[in-house]
Amino acid sequence: MKAAVVVFPGSNREGDMARALRQATGRQPAMLWHADHELPAGTDLVVLPGGFSYGDYLRCGAIAGRAAIMDAVRAHAARGGLVLGVCNGFQILCESGLLPGVLMRNANLRFICRMQHLKVERNDTAFTRHYAKGQTIDVCIAHGEGNYEADDSTIERLEGEGLVAFRYCDSAGIVGGDANPNGSRNDIAGVYSDGRNVLGLMPHPENLIDPLVGGTDGRGLFESLASAA
Amino acid sequence: MKARVVVTLRSGILDPQGKAIEGALKSLGVEGVASVRQGKVFDVEFAGADAAAAKAQLQTACEKLLANTVIENYQIDV
Repeated sequence: MKAAVVVFPGSNREGDMARALRQATGRQPAMLWHADHELPAGTDLVVLPGGFSYGDYLRCGAIAGRAAIMDAVRAHAARGGLVLGVCNGFQILCESGLLPGVLMRNANLRFICRMQHLKVERNDTAFTRHYAKGQTIDVCIAHGEGNYEADDSTIERLEGEGLVAFRYCDSAGIVGGDANPNGSRNDIAGVYSDGRNVLGLMPHPENLIDPLVGGTDGRGLFESLASAA
Repeated sequence: MKARVVVTLRSGILDPQGKAIEGALKSLGVEGVASVRQGKVFDVEFAGADAAAAKAQLQTACEKLLANTVIENYQIDV
């Protein structure tokens, strides 16, 4: 597994992401700059980390979604290459057209930073093989704009084609209601592209890889990726 | 030549910021407010004087960057 992490001006989770990738794959990911035009040869996975790219100016992820490196990321995804976007990375994937929908301001208008349970919708993808289908995992969220919104036909298509990756749930695995932190349609925390080779999610699995800092439920995602290529 | 682009949320899209502003206006005693929707205004200056060309460029700008057409509409005035 050869991974590359893209750093935009204002990214701030790239160090955590690199650590999680190193732990799972045994090798240091390449760190790319937003102004780069190509990925290192043989890249299997491109990761867009969390943060506040371009200070969230215009719309979260809007300017990063049009950065020079994104043409290479789009070409990589079109070839079936793996792409992971977390938090601001998810917002960038939506703004770049790699994933449908948009992440709007949290319904309660607050920046929410806390632990959050998620339900793993399917475990037959490159991102989730090391989880069980329907498993509840405990990770963390830290966002002000995580309220997933798309038009009715898009939501219907995501649901019908099994493209919802994770949903917000409570510790008992019950989806929705008060367990939905931000007002997301259908309690959606993460979605796949049509080919299921692109995943965007708001929660931060890269911060839950060490028992010293609260748990290891995030490891499954990186171990899945490590064994995917 | 000056142009203005106004980007607004599509109807039916929940606007929590507009709602919060609406609440604040009511608490300030501004009466008769039925609803508030928040949008964005871009003032763009063009070097040339070709209005049709400017409008076409702004159309591209809106579709590519200024508006997210999943949730927003835009209006161009040159």
